[in-house]
Amino acid sequence: MLGCLDTLKELTQYTAVSGREYEFAAVLKDKFSEICDSVEIDKFYNVIALKKGMGINGPRIMVLAHLDEIGFLVKSIDKNGFIKFTNVGGIDARILLSHEVIIHGKKDITGVIGAKPPHMLEADEKKKAVKIDELYIDTGMDAKELKKYVSIGDAITLKSHPFFLKDNKYSSKSVDNRCGVTVLIETANELKKLKHKPDVYFVATVQEELNLAGARITSFNIEPDIAIVVDACHGDVPGAPKEVVFPLGKGPAIGIGPILNRELTERMLDTAKENNIPHQVDVEPGSTGTDAWATQVSKYGIPTVLVSIPVRYMHTSIETVHANDIKYAGKLISRFIAERV
Amino acid sequence: MLDILKELTDINGVSGDEGDVREYIKKQIEGYVDEARVDRIGNLIAYKKGKTSGFTVMLSAHMDEVGFIVTGFSENGNIKFQPVGGIDERILPGKRVLVGKRKIPGIIGSKPVHLLEKEEREKVVKIKDMYIDIGCDSKDCAEDLVKLGDYAVFFSEFTELGNNTVKAKALDDRAGCAVLIEILRQRFDFDLYACFTVQEEVGLRGAEVAAYSIRPDIAVVIEGTTCSDVPGISRQNFSTELGKGAALAIMDRTSYYDKELVDFIYNTAKKNNIDVQFKQTTTGGNDAGKIQTSRTGVRVAAISVPCRYIHSPVSIMNIKDFESCSKLVAATLKELESSVDMFKKAGNGGEKNV
Repeated sequence: MLGCLDTLKELTQYTAVSGREYEFAAVLKDKFSEICDSVEIDKFYNVIALKKGMGINGPRIMVLAHLDEIGFLVKSIDKNGFIKFTNVGGIDARILLSHEVIIHGKKDITGVIGAKPPHMLEADEKKKAVKIDELYIDTGMDAKELKKYVSIGDAITLKSHPFFLKDNKYSSKSVDNRCGVTVLIETANELKKLKHKPDVYFVATVQEELNLAGARITSFNIEPDIAIVVDACHGDVPGAPKEVVFPLGKGPAIGIGPILNRELTERMLDTAKENNIPHQVDVEPGSTGTDAWATQVSKYGIPTVLVSIPVRYMHTSIETVHANDIKYAGKLISRFIAERV
Repeated sequence: MLDILKELTDINGVSGDEGDVREYIKKQIEGYVDEARVDRIGNLIAYKKGKTSGFTVMLSAHMDEVGFIVTGFSENGNIKFQPVGGIDERILPGKRVLVGKRKIPGIIGSKPVHLLEKEEREKVVKIKDMYIDIGCDSKDCAEDLVKLGDYAVFFSEFTELGNNTVKAKALDDRAGCAVLIEILRQRFDFDLYACFTVQEEVGLRGAEVAAYSIRPDIAVVIEGTTCSDVPGISRQNFSTELGKGAALAIMDRTSYYDKELVDFIYNTAKKNNIDVQFKQTTTGGNDAGKIQTSRTGVRVAAISVPCRYIHSPVSIMNIKDFESCSKLVAATLKELESSVDMFKKAGNGGEKNV
């Protein structure tokens, strides 16, 4: 069961802030070339791997997961070497104080995030959450030294030491959506054991956290008959309404909602039931906040299904996932492709 | 000395749980001291006899660090906790911790930003609303692995940053412990007690007992101190500045340091070309507060290493400041050998000779 967490751990070690995915794309190309028939990286660093089916002129299925992650960009460097920064993707500024970061400049530089120290705060300031523009990064370097390595616009990621928690759980940065990418790998491995007619395009997309750009581009170019989007949904946390969070380890959540193709969704649910694969149902009344929003309306429209992996503490460096959910999602999607298309 | 500091900061020792730090220090000072004893409260007291007796110097650095203690479990397997020592609750969400003697990995969880109402996003998360998630989904699972009263500690690796700086947890006051270990490898004319104290962070508990038993003539506390030379703070509120040398305090929340002793140390620094600065704010406090009022009173001073983001997992210290601190302690002790009479005058609670 832990095999998929080893893959996930490896994938979370790489950096791919939206718009800066080229290094990680190359890593994924190598990974997919071991399990697919051909792999290419497009102009925007989307990774597209093809696993051919047995059918001639059979349907073409795109299974996609975004490979990018949230992060920051260097905005300015002040005269004492403190860095001001801005976020790429939605981040709760309140988790950032005293957090370690890595600035991906000419070389990787470690820094920590600081703000006005607690004993210098006025009484009313102490009650207010800190805002991102009140924060800075301290690398210990002065401006002159720092500027040798760091330029405005350089990407920054949250430094994260991988933690294996109890009960097959894994906690790190960028579990959203390296868990989805891991599901693609699991699915491809599962498909090796099964016979499938459709050609399957495994696509790792860029810039999901910004504007779903990667999914738009790859949908247009591949023009598949069906899209299966794999992304993270919210894991259960105390104090959150039960309908919008999903317990960890109880299986992937299959999305139901207006933008998702109802017939294919039903087929996905049937696949899960027939194969006794644990799963949950995620009702998504709107955009879903995933690449599915883009695939659905590409060209003449692509019927889209959404399979989500519950992830606790989304958009932090402690995003937490359960091995079962990744494993079950790989099983589910591969059976769907082999048996239901 | 940096290797020792790294190893010291890697050890976990929240107030009341200093055993592992103490064992490490014991090994480091073995063979260099005439006696090393552990007192009833847990202080490690090392003694080096001087060539001439009649004057006793106490050095003190605390072994404990701020951290957390387990106070309960929720039905879904999360661990409730309280801070041990002063911790800014604003820094806690999203941080990594190790729980208990078995160092079980845990994370301090909170609701993700997507699920927060606007007014929630603007508020500081309170410790009572936080929890440690070790991956357990039931109370039974958590209670099997963790007990009430177990300690948790920040997870943070010692890392060298740019411009001679390092990042670590517990620099306050493992930096002081490292300096004391170094000092104990030298010998001085007078009787020297180096105390590695417990429970400083919860109210200077260890130092109070240590000072009582040692009855020093003077005491110098070696500390990690606040440093806020950062954006948004005006210069007079910097407290100390990184890279400007060892910090000498004049007054803080717990002590009014001995003027003659502080001047003596400052002049020693100048004479020996050791970088030194005065701490410019009166915030914070340390073991000197209890030592100063021990028995009939003790002349105290504090020589500190400036630490940005003190009491967090990511304190930053300048290596040169750390070295200046060590050099200044050594130089002060050397200088004291010929100045003992000056400080003897007010011994035994007597009036100052006039």
